[in-house]
Amino acid sequence: MHELSITQSMLDLVLEQAKNAGAKEVGKINLVLGVVDRAVQFYFDFLSKGTPAEGATLSFKVIPTTARCRNCAQDFKLGEFDWTCPHCKGNNIEIVGGKELFVESIEVD
Amino acid sequence: MEIKVVKDIMGANDQIAQKNRQLFDKNKVFVVNVMASPGAGKTSLILETIKRLKGKVKVGVVEGDISSSLDAEAISKEDVPVVQINTGGECHLDASMTASALDNLPLADIELLLIENVGNLVCPAEFRIGEDMRILIASTPEGDDKPFKYPLMFHEADAVLINKIDLLPYLKFDVDAFSKAIKGINQKAKIFPLSCTTGDGIDKWVDWLRGQAKG
Repeated sequence: MHELSITQSMLDLVLEQAKNAGAKEVGKINLVLGVVDRAVQFYFDFLSKGTPAEGATLSFKVIPTTARCRNCAQDFKLGEFDWTCPHCKGNNIEIVGGKELFVESIEVD
Repeated sequence: MEIKVVKDIMGANDQIAQKNRQLFDKNKVFVVNVMASPGAGKTSLILETIKRLKGKVKVGVVEGDISSSLDAEAISKEDVPVVQINTGGECHLDASMTASALDNLPLADIELLLIENVGNLVCPAEFRIGEDMRILIASTPEGDDKPFKYPLMFHEADAVLINKIDLLPYLKFDVDAFSKAIKGINQKAKIFPLSCTTGDGIDKWVDWLRGQAKG
């Protein structure tokens, strides 16, 4: 699954930032993303072994999947089978939230 | 000490995708990322497209699979340059895997590059590979509820090809409801009902593709 390559990219990014800051150890990584998958924690524990980020806490800020109606310009949370705008009943929508995947900050020593 | 980062984790992939794109632009190659679930007809569609473009457009193919080279062998019979990528377990092609395949293709002699992604309706949508266009093949036996179940794939597609329409008499697949569901999440998507078995609708798709590639 692609959580492995995503977790590796995340770790590379964190280690680079920590190195630039002259940090010896990464204590916490604050992530913002659309979906939390336990696989990220699993792969992180495995991939970070022997790096300054080993044992770091992963914090997940989850963004719900949000759509914007192109007819009435209002935002709403997406239902599973219902993609109709609850405000104007239109069905021309675009996804505006929930695809995030970034490192917001890291806490280092 | 807290360090503000705010960097996209997919940034590394996107950078490599941009490099691929630069290479494609330099060689004037139009690139199509072909996405679908396993068995939807990606290889069949590529074969049918090659046959219709023979002598008109110089086509090249990249075949992405978790393992095996069966698809590349089928394509090579059509006498077009083809490279197989085995992802070795990864569920999608990413930009760097694609880059490694490009070293083995005569890009200067290719006008249209069809890249067959790994059969999967989830992950390929999240990884840009430097393509100009993304198409999604949805086959009728898969059911007409797929836009609701895999919204990102349908949201990201420039065109949706509904394959295996020759099976419609035997299936509960509502083409109108399916098309409406696609338009609900992606108004710009072109929709082509077709059959790689009977050849119905393929010419329409290929004509549109040629128009896009020229533009």
